Amino acid sequence: MYRTAKGEEIFVIDGHTHFWDGSPANQRNVHGKQFIDCFYAYHSNLSPPSEKWEKEKFEKYDAKTMFDDLFVAGYDDMAILQPTYLTDFYKNGFNTTERNSALKKSHPDRFILNGAFDPRDGTKGLEDLHALSEKHKLKGVKLYTAEWRGESKGYKLTDKASYQYLEAAQKLGIKNIHVHKGPTIIPLNRDAFDVADIDDVATSFQDLNFIVEHCGLPRLDDFCWIATQETNVYAGLAVALPFIHTRPGYFAHVISELLFWVGPDKILYGSDYGIWTPKWLIDKFMAFEIPADVTKETGSVLSMETKTKILGLNAARIYGIDVEAQKKKIRAGGGYAHLSEAVHAPR
Amino acid sequence: MKRGIEGRERPPGRSSDDKQAEIWACLQGVMDPELDESVTDLNFVTRAVVDAKDHVHVEFRLPTYWCAANFSFLMADDMRRAIGALDWVKSVSVVLGEHMYADKINAGLAQGRSFQETFGAEADSDLDSLRQTFLVKAFQRRQVALLSHLIALGQSPAEIVSLTLTELGCLPLDDAGEKLVRRYLERRAVAGPASGDGPGFVDSNGARLKADGLAGYLSNLRRVGINAEFNGALCRGLLAARFDLETPFVPKSRTMPASPGT
Repeated sequence: MYRTAKGEEIFVIDGHTHFWDGSPANQRNVHGKQFIDCFYAYHSNLSPPSEKWEKEKFEKYDAKTMFDDLFVAGYDDMAILQPTYLTDFYKNGFNTTERNSALKKSHPDRFILNGAFDPRDGTKGLEDLHALSEKHKLKGVKLYTAEWRGESKGYKLTDKASYQYLEAAQKLGIKNIHVHKGPTIIPLNRDAFDVADIDDVATSFQDLNFIVEHCGLPRLDDFCWIATQETNVYAGLAVALPFIHTRPGYFAHVISELLFWVGPDKILYGSDYGIWTPKWLIDKFMAFEIPADVTKETGSVLSMETKTKILGLNAARIYGIDVEAQKKKIRAGGGYAHLSEAVHAPR
Repeated sequence: MKRGIEGRERPPGRSSDDKQAEIWACLQGVMDPELDESVTDLNFVTRAVVDAKDHVHVEFRLPTYWCAANFSFLMADDMRRAIGALDWVKSVSVVLGEHMYADKINAGLAQGRSFQETFGAEADSDLDSLRQTFLVKAFQRRQVALLSHLIALGQSPAEIVSLTLTELGCLPLDDAGEKLVRRYLERRAVAGPASGDGPGFVDSNGARLKADGLAGYLSNLRRVGINAEFNGALCRGLLAARFDLETPFVPKSRTMPASPGT
């Protein structure tokens, strides 16, 4: 919960969080080490110095640390747990649905638990998806189209098998398909980042929402074009948002283009925790205004209403969260006790 | 930028230093295809040396262990070709370090194999079409930068689109403007051949830009530039964090006391 100077309460849903174990004890091989090292480079490079973690904490944090960073020190009201399996690199997986489910179990009002599937897993994978969905009542999944598996160097959402899985997801009530289209794992070919397959499935599956994580970076230009044409394509801000600190000028351009092409109703805030933490991201985001020269070019303005949508209302809409009812639940559980009459507004 | 240059004994004829300079000039012209920036400006090249037998050895590293294999290969191949074109060079070896596919790529490069030959069935897209895609993006990005510069100087859309290639090359501009023109003209052929009296500004299919709708054309293209800037910033940052380029390097053996004389 973020409170403005006028006393407005902004409900925050963090669209992208992880509860991983990248510790040396869990690393299966050098790839496991290099993977968490690469995440740490993202963290070190884009975080303000005061927010930088020690490597050990970054490799593996506990559930309490995460809860405090998101909901006590941070302004998140709810957070979506996105799994990243990487079982080839990590003995127990990096960040599985199972691992995440412990958090959901302890704090059911605070977390939204997403699953995952990989169309290359065939009939067995479809059965697993049914079981996973039944067990956790999934409303969303996270997909990595560029992930290698055996001889395969990734897949496209337009593959026949992907269609079968998307049809199954639709039947199971899994409405939100988060697709990682951004800096990624083991890309042999640069076209693993291609966003064109989103265009096709967004048309074919009108009832599903496709949230393009990292807003298609490093293909922002292609992504904006697709998102403009499809009503059910969303932009996830994870990775783009931290630039607000290191390169505010570029962030202004990126958010302006997203507002112009994708629109204020289809952009979702995400911290990508534990790469970055919600507190500083939201403090800076709330204080941010698009410079006049950029607004002149694009006509985009980051109004309070737009910020409110990006920070929570858009995610609430696609995940069927009744914000007022949810606030009551959280308040009843003592979730806002630490807030007292605090005001977070920058002005 | 040029850390790691090692001087060697002076061969007859050209001096070793001259050869070093030529090698670095060649590398300066090799671009990261996606970022459209030089591999030396990006700090990718860690070592470039020439031995007494005129064999050139280049080492480079990338912002992450996971950088796309095809782009990595493409840059290495471009470095090898650029240096190999120097008339005095007898052979070139290019070695990629600390990368997931370092062994495979280095072996492929050493044996002069193509990307497809190196990765076999795993590589389904040929590098030429990839190279073309990013040349077009580079052309568009450089064009947007130049057009925006000319508009900011007060040139009208009608004046801008009427410029021939020759006229464009002769515009009286400051250093920044001249650099933009030079960079644009380097990529102008991507949109098709043109003679000096041909149109300076064309779209990526070679059609002359129109004064009407120039603003809309620019705003469409601006995303290409923003995307590239964003990726460039990310790549530089990741490289700096990965290899700790921010902390000033102080060799341990030469660390001085904080307050000399006390």
